[in-house]
Amino acid sequence: MTETTLATPKAPPGTIPGLRGIAADWASDQRAFKNVSWGKAMMWIFLLSDTFIFSCFLLSYMTARMSTTVPWPNPSEVFALNIGGKHIPLILIAIMTFILISSSGTMAMAVNFGYRRDRVKTAALMLATAAFGATFVGMQAFEWTKLIMEGVRPWGNPWGAAQFGSCFFMITGFHGTHVTIGVIFLIAIARKVWRGDFDVERRGFFTSRKGYYEIVEIMGLYWHFVDLVWVFIFAFFYLW
Amino acid sequence: MTEAAVHVEGQAAQHALHTYVHDAVASGAAHAEGQQHPIKLYLVVWGWLFVLSTCSYLVDYFGIHGHLRWSLILLFMVLKAGLIVAVFMHMAWERLALAYAILLPPVLVLVFVGIMVFESDYTHLLRVIFFASAN
Repeated sequence: MTETTLATPKAPPGTIPGLRGIAADWASDQRAFKNVSWGKAMMWIFLLSDTFIFSCFLLSYMTARMSTTVPWPNPSEVFALNIGGKHIPLILIAIMTFILISSSGTMAMAVNFGYRRDRVKTAALMLATAAFGATFVGMQAFEWTKLIMEGVRPWGNPWGAAQFGSCFFMITGFHGTHVTIGVIFLIAIARKVWRGDFDVERRGFFTSRKGYYEIVEIMGLYWHFVDLVWVFIFAFFYLW
Repeated sequence: MTEAAVHVEGQAAQHALHTYVHDAVASGAAHAEGQQHPIKLYLVVWGWLFVLSTCSYLVDYFGIHGHLRWSLILLFMVLKAGLIVAVFMHMAWERLALAYAILLPPVLVLVFVGIMVFESDYTHLLRVIFFASAN
């Protein structure tokens, strides 16, 4: 029944340009997001709420860093690695950034092939995305291990302001959790794509609703968001 | 209602209607099905994200400091975020009612940032005045 009401076979009303169009959509009494399915709108609203969560983490980090009188450990040095006898600053984080961007690229193409109903390419690209994501989490685990071995704790570290550890573990830990959940979500959807669930409109085992290729785009929104958050963490935590 | 009508009609009609319905609901009449853009667009954006990330890494590598560091890092960050949201997340092709509903609220976080900057400056001042000698 719900499905019926949502899938009204009527073309969406025309778009009025600018603010007038926004006012018309929002004042239209039924649904504000005219040509956006409930799934996509809800994912966007979830991502908006998640934006606030990460904003709060970054803000508390900013407040801690700006108000401490003890010098903050230099991230450029803390995250440096010795590769082949050379001391390269921040190199691990740079590699992690490139890996996450690459995963976003493969995800964007997976969405594209999904709408072209090319299920093999879609599933392959989604699995590539998941592999990049898993690599990222693996490198983060390495980074955590290295820092913990060097004596970084949520309550202190050998180099300076005690809040460094708590901010680091909180922010990167929360981000890593998002990546991990994304990898699991990706594998689950890739399996469905591979099996052809969205070509035969097979009903989901949990919701009993028909699946569409749009779920790949919705999954993609989540994944790109994870990449987006990393852009801000990279700039504010590692480069500041 | 729609489901019932569909079941009466043939298999082909069902498929056609579903495609149509899905179009109308999911992605608007402007696109054939969903968001259709050439793969090249994604590759170009991907390339730009690599270039911008390299640039922000080089800022750190060459040890640029002061206001120049800040403006460069923020510039690259905003450009990267904009590319991801506009192209990868397809916000550039969404209806404005959705775009504004999602993109405007995070801007208000800047007010929060402003409040916390004043607050931490004040805390820092108090710490300098009352505790600095203890260190």
